[in-house]
Amino acid sequence: MEADAKSAIIRIFHVFKSYGTKKALVDITLDILKNEFVLVTGPSGAGKTTLLKLLYLGEPASEGQILVDGINLSRIPRKRVPILRRKFGIIFQDYKLIPQKSVYENVALVLEAAGKRKRLIQKKVRSVLRTVNMEDKIDALPPSLSGGEQQRVAVARAVVGDPKIILADEPTGSLDEDSAKDIINLLKGFHTRGGTVIVATHDKDLIRKTRGRLVRLGMGQLMDSTERLSPAAEEQAG
Amino acid sequence: MKRYYRRAIQDLLSNRFLNSITVVTISLSILILSAFALFLANVGDLVNIWRQGVRMMVYLQPDLQRDRIPGLRAEIQNMYGVAEVSFIPKEAALERLRNQMQRQSSIIVGLDHNPLPDAFELRMIPTTQTGGKMETLAKELEQLPEVEEVEYGQQWIGRLTSVFNLFRLAGSALGALFFMAAVFIVANTIRLLIYARREEVEIMRLVGATDGFIKAPFYIEGMILGALGGVIGLGSLFLMYLAVSSNVEASLTGDSFTLRFLPPEMVGAILLGSIIVGWFGCYLSLKQFMKT
Ligand SMILES: Nc1ncnc2c1ncn2[C@@H]1O[C@H](COP(=O)(O)OP(=O)(O)O)[C@@H](O)[C@H]1O
Ligand SMILES: [Mg+2]
Repeated sequence: MEADAKSAIIRIFHVFKSYGTKKALVDITLDILKNEFVLVTGPSGAGKTTLLKLLYLGEPASEGQILVDGINLSRIPRKRVPILRRKFGIIFQDYKLIPQKSVYENVALVLEAAGKRKRLIQKKVRSVLRTVNMEDKIDALPPSLSGGEQQRVAVARAVVGDPKIILADEPTGSLDEDSAKDIINLLKGFHTRGGTVIVATHDKDLIRKTRGRLVRLGMGQLMDSTERLSPAAEEQAG
Repeated sequence: MKRYYRRAIQDLLSNRFLNSITVVTISLSILILSAFALFLANVGDLVNIWRQGVRMMVYLQPDLQRDRIPGLRAEIQNMYGVAEVSFIPKEAALERLRNQMQRQSSIIVGLDHNPLPDAFELRMIPTTQTGGKMETLAKELEQLPEVEEVEYGQQWIGRLTSVFNLFRLAGSALGALFFMAAVFIVANTIRLLIYARREEVEIMRLVGATDGFIKAPFYIEGMILGALGGVIGLGSLFLMYLAVSSNVEASLTGDSFTLRFLPPEMVGAILLGSIIVGWFGCYLSLKQFMKT
């Protein structure tokens, strides 16, 4: 337990979340270690999105304690919420790109908000857009892009600030097979460079092909949490 | 900082219609307000000039001996409210009359003796220039046996002064009212701007932007709107002033009075005020918005 605590970057301890009378999460206790690749899965309505929201304070927990990289979320003052958010790179299910701003501006925003210098921002944004293969669409507006392209911009925005943790909500949800593969490879790349990745998904294909820890939710409860060193083994078992 | 300006200006341009309407409304408020200030400044000048001209004539008994004059003069000089007393002998009065009536001087030349009495001309200290106090002083003077008659034709100036003070008070109240109206207009515009950008603001928050980072461009926008409104309002007033002053100067004035524009420090204060209006409007709507 002590050893776990040392390397845990996220600790979730007896957390409940209700929306009014609707119980979205019930008594969740879960540690996520540094440099883990975690797949949170379960049927629609199981509470996957809600779990991610609690981590970046998109919603407050109704009960219980959450620690993110040493910050206790139930005690964090409003002024420090941006500091918490900068620990995450978040890939939203609906991308959440600003439609009136160019691809470049959307990605640069993260660094501007963190007060980085203009020269550094230019270098960083260009290099990140190159890795997601979007450098030729740097001035395009998001509505003119395909779903896969928008998702690649969203990934670029998520990684540009060198976050410790990436949260991805259904990142392959509305994408074709090739685009989905691109996105997963980008997430794996981030993981290989030492980052922690948490993906909420009910995409069977994605689960089958990805190694990492599988956390299953059902009706807001934690069903099980299994380590899968080789995705092939899971495929045989399934 | 430069980055905030860029964002603010982009935003002003992309909401041109809403922003133009706001600037026009602010400049109208500023125009009305500064026109009133301009009116008061000039009427104030005029009233001051007239007040300096407030005099009281004290006509003496025709048979009064000249050697009694210095004593009487000292007595009047000591009365409350009197600033200056000058003696006008009847010869000088006749000379003055002659000068004023050059065309009809034959009437005066034909006179075999001077019909005018000796007189004192009094100037009052400023606080005595209002109606009631002039009257009290005049009654007191008429009590003197050496005095035949007291004349002061300008009671209306006293009344004018009170009316003018009332105007100034109304001006301040009006100013406060227009200030609040302008703040309200800016607050409303900024609210609409935020509303139009609420999705963007929400995304900025999610990627770790601080409240300050989100608010700064709105403040800059508000202050630019205010400043533009101020400049346009004062500019239109100045153009109107130019058009009016060339006509008025020729007719109404002549002597010591000239129509003038607002003094530079007043212009500065109005501009500063309009920027504050923009800032304050922003402050109000952002305070409300950031709570949510
Ligand atoms: N903002 C909300 N208000 C009310 N109920 C909500 C809200 N968000 C989610 N829920 C409910 O909470 C439950 C879990 O939702 P969610 O976390 O989105 O599940 P998942 O992402 O696994 O599909 C669902 O029953 C959903 O209807
Ligand atoms: Mg979901």
